[in-house]
Amino acid sequence: MTPNLDELQLIARRIRGRVLELSHRAGTPHLGSSLSCVEMVVAAYWGRLRLDPDLADDPQRDRFILSKGHAATTLYAALAMKGYFPESWLESYAEPGSPLGEHPSPGTPGIDVATGSLGHGLPIGIGLALAARIQGFQNTICVLMSDGECNEGSVWEGALFAPAQRLNRLTVMIDYNKWQATGRSDEVTALAPLREKWEAFGWRAVEIDGHDFPSVIHWIEAEPDPAGRPTLIVAHTIKGKGVSFMEDDNNWHYRIPSAQELAKAFVELNLP
Amino acid sequence: MRNAFADEITTLADQDPRIVLLSGDIGNRLFNDFKERHPTRFYNVGVAEADMIGMAAGLALGGMRPVTYTIASFAVYRAYEQIRVDLCYPNLPVVIVGVGAGLGYAANGPTHHSCEDLAVLRALPNMTVLAPADAWELRSLLAQSLLRSGPSYLRIGKKGEPLVHASRPSLEIGRGFLMRPGDDIAILCTGILMPQALETARRLESQGISAAVFSLHTVKPLDEALLTQLFQDRKLIVTLEEHSRIGGLGSAVAEWKADQVRIGARLLRFGTPDQILSHSGEQEHALNFCGLTPESLASQIQVVWGQLEMK
Repeated sequence: MTPNLDELQLIARRIRGRVLELSHRAGTPHLGSSLSCVEMVVAAYWGRLRLDPDLADDPQRDRFILSKGHAATTLYAALAMKGYFPESWLESYAEPGSPLGEHPSPGTPGIDVATGSLGHGLPIGIGLALAARIQGFQNTICVLMSDGECNEGSVWEGALFAPAQRLNRLTVMIDYNKWQATGRSDEVTALAPLREKWEAFGWRAVEIDGHDFPSVIHWIEAEPDPAGRPTLIVAHTIKGKGVSFMEDDNNWHYRIPSAQELAKAFVELNLP
Repeated sequence: MRNAFADEITTLADQDPRIVLLSGDIGNRLFNDFKERHPTRFYNVGVAEADMIGMAAGLALGGMRPVTYTIASFAVYRAYEQIRVDLCYPNLPVVIVGVGAGLGYAANGPTHHSCEDLAVLRALPNMTVLAPADAWELRSLLAQSLLRSGPSYLRIGKKGEPLVHASRPSLEIGRGFLMRPGDDIAILCTGILMPQALETARRLESQGISAAVFSLHTVKPLDEALLTQLFQDRKLIVTLEEHSRIGGLGSAVAEWKADQVRIGARLLRFGTPDQILSHSGEQEHALNFCGLTPESLASQIQVVWGQLEMK
């Protein structure tokens, strides 16, 4: 059963708490990026998409690819909560010999491909969508990219190709948090207007608040476009979302929270 | 060779509904038969090699057996990171076919040459690296590569390469194939220079030097059992490839040799020089420039053999 809004928000807060803890304990960066995409990851795993450890070998299962692999902790926290692997695995995150490294690795339960180098998820998603269509499957292929990721040429190769094949069971979300590693994403490249660009490429492109569960769920679960277009969701988000002193502050792309900062963040998130 | 590829992959796709062919906007009309028989399993992905490899990874994850086809230099150099991350890391069953490899597109200039492809792909974990000598070897290796659980690279010529086998040989990936017996020297050749290797052996024979010729169609995994035997039995081992002397079959054999406790035979490596071949000309001209002709090869081997005999 799909959780209600309160339940989804609780899951999101708990994942944010996990993400903060993991960064603090392991000393790993990309906190801001991990916090901005939480609602999208939760909507994918706790909505109606067929993403469940029990379906891990079902060829017709839906697929979720975290193309912005640097948000790995968000994915790990979600996969652990969903039961893909024991929550105790999170304790070993980024430690020597751990199955959970700083970027997602194929072979980890629930993870098919290596991401972390940007611009890989979309073409892989296109291949999955083609494989599904060839075999007559009706599954949804969902790819989550970052805005900085749109610097990569391979993103635009895929942007050109997917509409030509009318892959309307492919849904791509862009976590548009307006920052990339070292600058404003609209200044580093001429990224804006993002929705219009994808629309011009032939996508069913929509613009939503990426922290608003009803909007995110609506578009992830939307019926395939009758005109055959793949779906592109420009999700406006806030980097560092959920922790006031991290929000829209790009220092948190690399900064590691101290014990005091972690405690303060937990108070804000209303977590024990 | 490309016609043999098109024919063989069409037949294989008749038998295996998982085979999907991706083309990087080349092979105009080459795949008409495939397209007609398997319309949902052929995709011209456009001039987009990086995405072609990523898509192949997705197709493989989705249960298909993708084969990508484009000019070797574009497939390997443009999409190298995708090959490494999307195929080798998850160890996915994708066959990358590089057409006109080596100097097959010599006249098109250095943008189209691929004399470093074996070097860079051989370094990748999980990758199988294959270079058939002719259309028959191509057919055999293509079929076998589709049965493997990980990625393979099939480095093929362009068109009109002479046949060196009379029929489909019983090749095995990872095992060298004896083309011609001989006792003194062993010539290990990978890829389409096999006619040159055989002619070189004939010339040596007429000078009283008995040279065996092997097709080392598999550059990785290397046939170490064969190397062990040959380096014990002979005084001189020669490698020949339409590839840079840096990093190809010759390097693979040299690396293997360096790791052996007992140093056996002398190793002589022939390949393309460490330079961009920027002067225009057809493949024959380029091979001539590189000294990869039977005349040049035989005379250089003879000199070294003479030195060894004097010891």
